[in-house]
Amino acid sequence: MTPRQIIGKIGLWLAVFVIVSPAILFFLWMASLSLKFEVDNAAYPPVFIPEHFAWKNYADVLGSNRFLTYFINSLVVTGSATALALMVGVPAGYGIARMAAHKSAIVILIARITPGLSYLIPLFLLFQWLGLLGTLIPQIIIHLVVTVPIVIWIMIGYFETTPLELEEAALIDGATRWQVFRHVALPIARPGIAVAFILAVIFSWNNFVFGIVLAGRETRTLPVAVYNMISFDQLSWGPLAAAALIVTFPVLLLTVLAQRQIVAGLTAGAVKGG
Amino acid sequence: MSALTQSTPAAAQSDAAPEKELRPPSYWPFVVPALVVVLAIIIFPWIFTIWMSLNEWKVGSPTTFVGFSNYLRLPSDPRFIEAIGHTLVYTVLSVVLPLVLGTLAAVVFHQKFAGRGFLRGIFIMPMMATPVAIALVWTMMFHPQLGVLNYLLSLVGIPPQLWVFHPGTVIPSLVLVETWQWTPLIMLIVLGGLAAIPTEPYESAQIDGANIWQVFRFITLPLIMPFLFIAGMIRMIDAVKSFDIIFAITQGGPGSASETINLYLYSVAFIYYDLGYGSAIAVVFFLLIVALAAVMLYARQRMLWTEIASGA
Repeated sequence: MTPRQIIGKIGLWLAVFVIVSPAILFFLWMASLSLKFEVDNAAYPPVFIPEHFAWKNYADVLGSNRFLTYFINSLVVTGSATALALMVGVPAGYGIARMAAHKSAIVILIARITPGLSYLIPLFLLFQWLGLLGTLIPQIIIHLVVTVPIVIWIMIGYFETTPLELEEAALIDGATRWQVFRHVALPIARPGIAVAFILAVIFSWNNFVFGIVLAGRETRTLPVAVYNMISFDQLSWGPLAAAALIVTFPVLLLTVLAQRQIVAGLTAGAVKGG
Repeated sequence: MSALTQSTPAAAQSDAAPEKELRPPSYWPFVVPALVVVLAIIIFPWIFTIWMSLNEWKVGSPTTFVGFSNYLRLPSDPRFIEAIGHTLVYTVLSVVLPLVLGTLAAVVFHQKFAGRGFLRGIFIMPMMATPVAIALVWTMMFHPQLGVLNYLLSLVGIPPQLWVFHPGTVIPSLVLVETWQWTPLIMLIVLGGLAAIPTEPYESAQIDGANIWQVFRFITLPLIMPFLFIAGMIRMIDAVKSFDIIFAITQGGPGSASETINLYLYSVAFIYYDLGYGSAIAVVFFLLIVALAAVMLYARQRMLWTEIASGA
C-alpha cells in the first residue's frame, strides 16, 4: 500500500466512525440510563458507566402485572394486523403484478400520503357506534392501515421480478390459477414475504398515534403504555429508560439480524404508514 | 392477427401482450379481499371525512349540515395559521438536513470496508426503533440541568441551552431528533442510486486528473439526482406528518411553539372532539401535502429544462 492509500483507508474509517457514532452513542446512553440508580442518573457531570448496575429497573418494569397485559396487547395487535395483511396483501400483490394493474398503486400512494389521524376520526366514530372501543379489535383493524399497504407494495415489486415460465408451464399442465399461486408462485416469493412480514411487524409494533386515541386502560399497546409512564414517573429516569429499551428491543434485534431484508424492502421504496 | 399470435406462442410469451390463458380479468379473485379491506379502511374513511367536514359534528351533540363553513373558519383561526408556519419550518429543515447528511453517509457506505453490512444495520437502527421510546430518551437528554447534551456542550465551552423547553429553540431541537432518526432512510435510497451508477465516467475522470470534490460534484451528484429527488419527496411527506416525536417530547409546546398542523388536528379532533372542524383540517392538510409534492415535482421539471437548455 502506498502512503496515499493508507491515508485514504484511515480517512474512510474515520468517516465511518463519525457516521455511525450518533446511533451507537444514543443507544449506549439509553442502556446506561436504564442501568443506573436515581443517584447516578441525577449526577452532574453525568455518570456513563455506574459502579453498581441497577438491574432492578428492569425487574420492576417486567415484574409489574400491567406490563404483561400491555405486552400481550402489543403481540395480539401486531400479530393479527400482520397476519391479516399477509393473507389479503400477498395474493393482491400477485394479482396486481400479473395484471400489470399499475394504476391501482395510486390507492397505496394516497394511503402513504394521508396522515394517520385522518383515518382515526371516521373510524373512531365507527368503532364507537359498533361498541368495540373497549376491545383490541379497533386497534387491529386500524393497524391494517399501516400493514396492508406495506405488504401489497412490497409483494407487487417482488412478484414482478419472479419468472413467469414456471407458472405458464403449470397452467398448460392443467393447474388452476389458485394452484399455480399456491404451489408455484408462493414458494418462490418466500424472501419477498419475509421482507413484507418484517417491515409490517416493525411499523405496526412502533405505532403510537392509533393507540393514544383508541386504547383504553386495559387495551394499551407497549408504546402507549410507555408514553403514559412519563406523566406518572417524571423523575425516575432509570425505570423509564428500561421500559423504553424493553419496548424497542425486539425491533432493534430484528433490525440487526434482518438488516439485509430491511434494507432491500426500504430501498424498494417501502412505505411507512400512519 | 390472431392466427399469427397462436402460431408463435414463444413470441407471445416474451411480448407484453399475454396469451389467452393469462387474460388479465382472471386475476381479480386474488385482489378482491385486499380491495375490500382497502375500501373499508382507506376509501371509506376518506369519503366519510369529506362528508363530516361539511357538518357541524361534535361528540355528544346532534350534527347539522353546514356546507363549507368549517373550511371558512380556517383562514381566521390564528392557531391553524401559526401551525402552518411551524409545519413549513419543521418540514424544510427536516428535509434539507437529512438529505445532505444522508448523501454524505451514502457516499461513505458505498465504499468497501470490513463489517459494512453490520455497521449499516447499526446505522439504520434510529429509523426502525420505536419512536416513543426514542422520544423519551431524547427528552432526558434535552433536560436543561441533568441532560447529557448540555454536558457535552459544556465540554466544548458552549453555554447550556433550554432545547425543547424554550419557544425559540424547540423546533430546531425537534429537527435534530428527526434528522438523527431519518437520515438513514435517505442514505439507503441514495446508496441504491450509487449502486446503479456505471463506472466509466469515474475511469475517465481519473484519467483527466479530477479531484474527489470535482468527481462528486460533476459526476456522482448529477447521476444520483433522480434518487435524491425521490428521497426528498418521501422525506417531505413524512416530515409534514411527523407526530410521534413531537407529541411525545413537547405535545406542541412550550405554549404552542411546536404545534404543527398534525398536532393541532389531534387537539381539535380528540381533545375538543370537534370532529367536523377536525375533518376539514384533515382534508386541507392532505391537500397541502399534495401541493407541496406538486411544487417539488415542478421544481424538478424546471431543473431538467434548465439543464437541457444550457446543454448540460
